[in-house]
Amino acid sequence: MNIHQPRGDVPGRTLAIVEELKGLEGPLLPILHEIQHEFGYVPQDCLPVIARELNLSRAEVYGVFSFYHDFREHPAGRHVLKLCRAEACQSMGGDQLAESAKRLLGIDFHETTPDGAVTLEPVYCLGLCSCAPSAMFDGEVHARVDADDLDALVAEARR
Amino acid sequence: MTTKIYIPRDAAALALGADKVAKAMEDAIAGRGLDVTIVRNGSRGLHWLEPLIEVETPGGRVAYGPVKARDVASLIDAGLVEGGSHALCLGKTEDIPFLKQQTRLTFARCGVIDPVSLDDYRAHGGLRGLENAIAMEPMAIVTQVTESGLRGRGGAGFPTGIKWKTVLEAAGERKYIVCNADEGDSGTFADRMIMEGDPFVLIEGMAIAGLATGATKGFIYTRSEYPHAIATMAQAIEIARRAGVLGPSVLGSGRAFDMEVRTGAGAYVCGEETALLNSLEGKRGIVRAKPPLPAHKGLFDCPTVINNVISLASVPVIMDKGAAFYRDFGMGRSRGTIPIQIAGNVKHSGLFETAFGLALGEIIDHIGGGTASGRPVKAVQVGGPLGAYFPRALFDTPFDYEAFAARDGLIGHAGIVVFDDTADMLKQARFAMEFCAIESCGKCTPCRIGSTRGVEVADKIAAGIEPESNRELLADLCNTMKFGSLCALGGFTPYPVVSAMTHFPDDFQPAPLVEAAE
Repeated sequence: MNIHQPRGDVPGRTLAIVEELKGLEGPLLPILHEIQHEFGYVPQDCLPVIARELNLSRAEVYGVFSFYHDFREHPAGRHVLKLCRAEACQSMGGDQLAESAKRLLGIDFHETTPDGAVTLEPVYCLGLCSCAPSAMFDGEVHARVDADDLDALVAEARR
Repeated sequence: MTTKIYIPRDAAALALGADKVAKAMEDAIAGRGLDVTIVRNGSRGLHWLEPLIEVETPGGRVAYGPVKARDVASLIDAGLVEGGSHALCLGKTEDIPFLKQQTRLTFARCGVIDPVSLDDYRAHGGLRGLENAIAMEPMAIVTQVTESGLRGRGGAGFPTGIKWKTVLEAAGERKYIVCNADEGDSGTFADRMIMEGDPFVLIEGMAIAGLATGATKGFIYTRSEYPHAIATMAQAIEIARRAGVLGPSVLGSGRAFDMEVRTGAGAYVCGEETALLNSLEGKRGIVRAKPPLPAHKGLFDCPTVINNVISLASVPVIMDKGAAFYRDFGMGRSRGTIPIQIAGNVKHSGLFETAFGLALGEIIDHIGGGTASGRPVKAVQVGGPLGAYFPRALFDTPFDYEAFAARDGLIGHAGIVVFDDTADMLKQARFAMEFCAIESCGKCTPCRIGSTRGVEVADKIAAGIEPESNRELLADLCNTMKFGSLCALGGFTPYPVVSAMTHFPDDFQPAPLVEAAE
């Protein structure tokens, strides 16, 4: 399950995270990762708190947040399916697998099914290039993914 | 005596069901009351056989694979614990030809030991390099690394010792060792395998780099796509710290070195060293102009060694066995060994560490065994998404930095992706541009805008719109990107594009236009 609805006090919980991590050298990325871990995405009202505590401008913090593909502005679906789109997976039918996934889910990459079950995302290399094509489902890795495996993953996500 | 059964915890093995195999094995051991202990090792790198499990017998380790959870009962019935024969039995692990033909220096322990056992690491020759380094002057360490001929395994091939010397001689209160573990190239997984299979060798290499240059703090910057590597690395660092390998007095030397793991956030460009430094500092992963070199002004403007995982992980064996031992492997100016990663549409996929100099065709046809699909090989991309596509006509190219450069290619991080004859090289060229457009940091114009224009021009060629002039335009655009970009992302994206156009011109011929047919 990937759902983390922000409950309660977002600025307060943000402050606790920042307090814990701001002693690190170069703390901003660890803080953003921890916030995404806590809330499932990076609520935008976290950013002014981070900026104030790290003595940065809000624009700087937003600039860092928006630069990296990992950080979400909105919550993902209950499950996240990442399919590798890079060359090694292409050589083993990754493109066809991606088309099947889109068709099965009825969505494109970067979209979430209307029932909120699955978000489909591209990933450029999971380091499983010797057993392509590969996928990551809620943080778990899958290799040599074929049509049956994909069906099973989608069925699990729909449950 | 308790028998050891090895079941890998490497991500590739896990992705193929190794945890399920381990669970089934645990249940079977408990159910039958066997005197067996399970060790979760790294991967041997024979990935087409994963999950590959091994059992320790008096005659050596015996391998079985690929094993599924449902095979466990029949394996045990067949006498797995004594190394008994079974349809999945591969014989003695060391005698499997793919492994037997290798020269494992950097990966000597990977897949052999328990990755998070420091005792196991020591028992297999670990920490000897660091112990030797402690007894040496910093300059003597630098000299030994320089004389080994070790060059940056990230792709640039810059002599590691020269980099270290620059940092040693740079004035600075505080210096850093940064390990570039942002292994984003498709077709590469050597860094991941080391971090998951032998993390102490990287810790040892970084500690030696610290002693050699006067740096006291190290960072491993790796990818969020590598959760298993992050967890194993963090666990190993904690173990090393508790054992005094890291900390205020490295192995009682009185000299300090400590380190931590940092995680990127899905930006390919952060594998470029200056973008990586910015990212570590908590900034956008934007490329910096050089000079100043990171060796002079790197992380937080301090003198910084930034080396790839494999470069650093190769240092302990050099410090243990000497510069000459390492230098005696290889060819030309490419000394030592290189972990070649054989990936994509290939029968025997995995990691093959060998001395430089093996011909590309030897690697693809003999070691790799040709394609997995059984169709003819059309092209291989060497060196990741920024590497050239080579046709069979160039398969005599020896695996060597200079030999690849002479044929307008690069070995990069030594990943090879094999494509069969169904590959469409115009599509691959378009993808190279598309990937560059997605991942460009945006700092320089040729990369930021050129990549988007490149996709458009490739689409026009595919659609048969003025194909001849658009092919010229694409070649011209590649020239601008190659010479006008600030870093290797924009600068090397032309390699796959131009090589595809040069070696596979038929794929760039116009599709028949509907209008023309009327």
